[in-house]
Amino acid sequence: MIDKRYPSVTAAVASIQDGATVMIGGFGASGSPVELIHALIDHGASDLTVVNNNTGNGEVGLAALIRNGQVRKMICSFPRSSQSKVFPELYREGRIELELVPQGTLAERIRAAGAGIPAFYTPTTVGTILAEGKELRTFDGRTYVMEPWLRADFALVKCELSDPVGNLTYNKTARNFSPLMCMAATTTIVQARKVVPAGGIDPEHVITPGIFVDRVVEVTDPVHEDVLIAAGRSYP
Amino acid sequence: MSIGWNREEMAARAAQDIPDGSYVNLGIGIPELVAKFVPEGREFIYHTENGMLGMGPPPAEEERDLDLMNAGKKYVSAVPGAAYFHHADSFSMIRGGHIDVCVLGTMQVAANGDIANWSTGEPGAIPAVGGAMDLVQGVKNIYVITQHTTKTGEPKLVERCSYPLTGPGVVSRIYTNLAVVDVTPQGFQVVELAPGVTFEEVERQTGAAISPPDS
Repeated sequence: MIDKRYPSVTAAVASIQDGATVMIGGFGASGSPVELIHALIDHGASDLTVVNNNTGNGEVGLAALIRNGQVRKMICSFPRSSQSKVFPELYREGRIELELVPQGTLAERIRAAGAGIPAFYTPTTVGTILAEGKELRTFDGRTYVMEPWLRADFALVKCELSDPVGNLTYNKTARNFSPLMCMAATTTIVQARKVVPAGGIDPEHVITPGIFVDRVVEVTDPVHEDVLIAAGRSYP
Repeated sequence: MSIGWNREEMAARAAQDIPDGSYVNLGIGIPELVAKFVPEGREFIYHTENGMLGMGPPPAEEERDLDLMNAGKKYVSAVPGAAYFHHADSFSMIRGGHIDVCVLGTMQVAANGDIANWSTGEPGAIPAVGGAMDLVQGVKNIYVITQHTTKTGEPKLVERCSYPLTGPGVVSRIYTNLAVVDVTPQGFQVVELAPGVTFEEVERQTGAAISPPDS
């Protein structure tokens, strides 16, 4: 029987190499795989390109990974928020790169990579500075911009339930980018609140089929980024 | 002292124009208030681009689920009949033309329907676009709610946007503290004046040619 379980978050992230492209699920705090990100901080891989909608909050999770100097470049749609201070400071000092991608285009570029589609056309950004230098094409009288797929070496994802073969469910709006990132990464690493036996998830209710998942770690009581920030915590 | 409609009244006026059964996406700020003024006998289904249809009002603190947020990263609730989905599905609803109405705030809107609401383009500013460019290109009807001028009195309704565009020629109607204004092939046209506001006052505070209401 296939069993993708790993004994710890430490073991699950150990093969992430310097210079890797890492997709991290979550929209703001919701769905952020905080334990996996903290394991990546402990692991220490550097020169990373990170794909996430945002750039983290406070000094935990993604913001802590950036503050620790492990991220060379962020690919995201919204790199600032009321509680994000780490990225803006480094960006203003010219110490981190930014590729700004509209949120829907970001999602579709990730999905396209997972589906083996190297590029697609979208009306999003046509007529704006974010379309400058990109290929335009007209279909049925409307202009579209070509956007390439976005692949990654690793995806770090938080889910609700997993089984040993990596079938996943999510909790509410914590799903966001995670099913797409599972498809787009060479190696997908998942932290599950609970790992159930095969058959423990109704096949009709599987959101991410296990073919897109490589490693599963059970993190039974995951911390929530908002709770850590409210408590004034930082990592390490 | 401000004249005309206040924030709630602007939102309530916009809500009047949204048909029963519409799928609606509300931007952050005054647009969010539209949900408080759904006209009697109508139902709107709210889409939030992080992955939900059937978004409900903020829950009581003890009923919060930390995994249930809106696109503004505020805690929300789910109404009966709600659905969750991933981002590619969520933006397929937007880009695929399935969302009926999007109500947005703005920095500038031009007489040709151009909107600029994501960046001032200042050097040193951290650019952040989120889903704004997807929404303005994909949603069937783009409505804007905004004060008629900036805090320093600069017109927000202008001939051409000076800030970087979010999208060209996409806005159809604007709700300000002074008036309801349509974007027509001939430019801005007042549809309705707020109580106590004259057309001349609107014209004075608008940075482009504007036509009076049809009599």
